[in-house]
This record gives sequence, C-alpha cells and structure tokens, in this order.
Amino acid sequence: MDVTQVFLIMLSSIFVNNFVMSRFLGICPFLGVSKKIETALGMGVAVIFVMALASATTYIVYNYVLSLLNIEFLYNIAFILIIASLVQLVEMFLKKSNPSLYQALGVYLPLITTNCAVLGVCVINKDTPSFGFIAAVFNGIFAAVGFTLAIVLFAGIRERIERNNILPHFLGFPIALITAGLMSIAFLGFAVQLPL
Amino acid sequence: MDISTIAFSALTISGMGLLLGTGLGYAAVKFKVEADERLQLIRDILPGANCGGCGYPGCDAYAEAVVSGSAPLTACSVGGAAVVAGISEIMGVEAVAVTKQVAFVKCNGNNTNALFKYDYSGLNDCQAAMQLAGGGSKACIYGCLGCGSCYNVCRFEAIEFVDGIVKINREKCTACKQCVGACPKSLITLVPYDNYVNVTCNSRDAGKIVRGNCKVGCISCKMCEKACKFDAVHVENNCAIIDYDKCTMCDECVKKCPTSAIVSKTFVKETKA
Repeated sequence: MDVTQVFLIMLSSIFVNNFVMSRFLGICPFLGVSKKIETALGMGVAVIFVMALASATTYIVYNYVLSLLNIEFLYNIAFILIIASLVQLVEMFLKKSNPSLYQALGVYLPLITTNCAVLGVCVINKDTPSFGFIAAVFNGIFAAVGFTLAIVLFAGIRERIERNNILPHFLGFPIALITAGLMSIAFLGFAVQLPL
Repeated sequence: MDISTIAFSALTISGMGLLLGTGLGYAAVKFKVEADERLQLIRDILPGANCGGCGYPGCDAYAEAVVSGSAPLTACSVGGAAVVAGISEIMGVEAVAVTKQVAFVKCNGNNTNALFKYDYSGLNDCQAAMQLAGGGSKACIYGCLGCGSCYNVCRFEAIEFVDGIVKINREKCTACKQCVGACPKSLITLVPYDNYVNVTCNSRDAGKIVRGNCKVGCISCKMCEKACKFDAVHVENNCAIIDYDKCTMCDECVKKCPTSAIVSKTFVKETKA
C-alpha cells in the first residue's frame, strides 16, 4: 500500500470510473435528491459515511468469514445484510442528531439500503485482487466522493435550470435526464486506462 | 456440495443477522427520539388516503404539521366534520363547524347537448386533447373534454362518465380538490354540499356564440338575475355565478333559465329539442 496506489484509486473512483457518470450506479438518489445543492450534499455525506463503513465491514466479512469457511458465493446476501443494517443505523443516528437533514433526505435515506452503488463498491472491492483492507476503504470513500461530486454538480445545474425558460414539455425530469446524459458524456473525457 | 457448506452458510448468515439485529435493537433504544404522542393519535383518525387535499404530502405530514401548530385543524376535507372534531379534541381546542363541500363540474355539454369541431381519437387525456387546435374537439373551448384527467386522479371513485362528460357523485366526493387541479379547463370547483342549485356552464363567450356551440350553455341573458329575489345570482363575464351565501334554493332561476344552464336537484326542466 503506497501513496501512488491511493492517488490512483482516488483518480479512478472520482473521475474515470465515476459511479454515477460512467458505471451508472446509484441513479435513483442521483435523480431524486438533486433538486437542491444542500440536500444533495447531505445525501452525498450520508453515502460517503455508509460506503466507507460498508467497504470496511464487507471486506472483513468477505475475507475473514466467508473465504475462511469457503462460502464466498454468499457474498451478495451477506453484503446486503450488512449494508441494510448500516443504513438503519445511519438513519437512527441522523434522526436523533440532525432532524432537518433527516427530513430533507426523506425517503432516499432508507433507499441507500438498495442503492446499487453501495453494493457495487463492495463487490468491486472483492473482485479487485490488488485491493487490501486500506485500499478497499479508500475505494469506498472515493467512490462516494465521486458520487457526491456528481450529485452536487447536477444539483447546481438543476437549480439554474429551474430559473430558466424551458419548454413546458421538458420541465422537470425530462430536462434533468438530458442534463444527466450530457454530464455523463463530459465525464467520458476522463476515460483513460489507469494502471490499477 | 457437502453438509458442512450448508451448515456454515446457514450458521454464518443467521449469526450475522442475529448480531446485526441485536446491534440495531440496542441502537434503537439509544437513539430513541421522543415523538409527540398526539402525532400517532391524529394519524390514527385521519382517513389515510394520502390524497394531498390538505396541501401536505400525505396524512403523516399533515398530522405532523397539526401537532407543530403550523396547519389548520380543518384542512382535511376528506374526513369531514368527524375528523375535525377528533383532531380538535386531541389538540385540546373547540371544534370549528365546517360546511361540507363537494366538487362540481361546471359543464353540461354532453354528446347530446354540445357540438363538436372534429372527432378526437387521440390520447385519453385532457391535457393532450387540449394541446390540439382549438383547445380540444368541443366547439365550446370552455367545455368538458370528457377524457377523464379528473377521473384518473380521483381516489374515491366519485367521478363518473355520463354521455361524454364527467359528473361528480355527490355522495362519494370528499372534496379533496385533486380533480380541481387536474382539470385543464378549470371546470371543477367546490360547492357547498347543501346547496344544489348550480350553474352548469363556464363559457365566457357572448350569448350568440354559446348558442351556436351548445344547447345548454349560459347565454348571459340575465333572466336569472331578474328572477332571483335574493340577489344571489349574477352574470359576470358572460356567465351566471351563484352566490351560495345568499341562495335559498327557491329554484326561480332554474325555472326561468331558457337554456337550462342552471340546474337543481328539486326542479328538473326538460331541455327543448
């Protein structure tokens, strides 16, 4: 584990293989909570927290429980179990500590449970042989940072679109989806092969 | 696959479930948020239709707003007087009397009465029909298109199709206002349930044009104004409007209306052929 690898993981997960823009994971909250920058940021922070914790716990469970017992094929069920519990925990914690953010995230907070980005990062961690524990956690954090970057940028654009004069047929989700598509094309510009 | 794999699988997953469940149970106690007990009580007496008629996104949100004091106690039209009384009791204030309201469609231009510019066979949606030239197939641009945009949003099955237009079932209607917002022609309004004298026309056209478009339109002849002894009906913008505060349901205007644009439950006039 050296600095170069951390740097490469950072570049890779935030820009090149951005979860939303290139892997197309986690689209539901990306479209659902991106109306205001503030809530988008809150969602991003929640996802960073959940992804970092999920990466760490699933790595331990996969390598020290499932592998040891030769039952790796159970990884999907085990990962979902862990992620769901984590999200529940985050939800309870937020409800207690920050009710306004809890209100703003609304239904999307429990939806992190089924957010494929979280499960996706855990599966990617297990499928990349060169990843150790620290690399896996960093990958989780940076993937979530990439998600946050995408959703905050998107929310910023959507806030501006709100004030623009748009054909009534494109108002709301149609224009949002077009924007998302154009953003995704822009992110393709980062697509270079990184020696991971 | 041998037996140990199965055993390990079952043990691991159930063990993890147990562990995580216990952890969550502990966290639930530790992070418990004291909720106002009135919240649950109010939520229980609300109808639970989540229609949004009160202006809040669902019954939960309305109950919260009531408890926090930011919502009026009478906003739930669906539940009616019983729910208002219940909420008032929980919140410890005296119940306010509410007049029961029902939605009403201000158009009687059904297939027999109204004329058509063309045949419409597109999307069964009023918004879509209205996008076409002339704002729909009806000769009268104010008339009900009968595509049922209101029917689709009604959660109480209170809207019925009668001969090409919609009618509100007064008994089933809960005045949740969903159809009011759904009608692109703004034809649906809330009227008092007890008052059954209504103008079934919303046309702002001059009398001559209305006569050419529809047999039962308001031609703004002002016969109703003259007939009314209580100053309750007035012709404004080429259409009669009833002041429900003054109307005594004497049916005089209904009898006088030459086009039967004013209807009443107690007095039904035959339409001239």
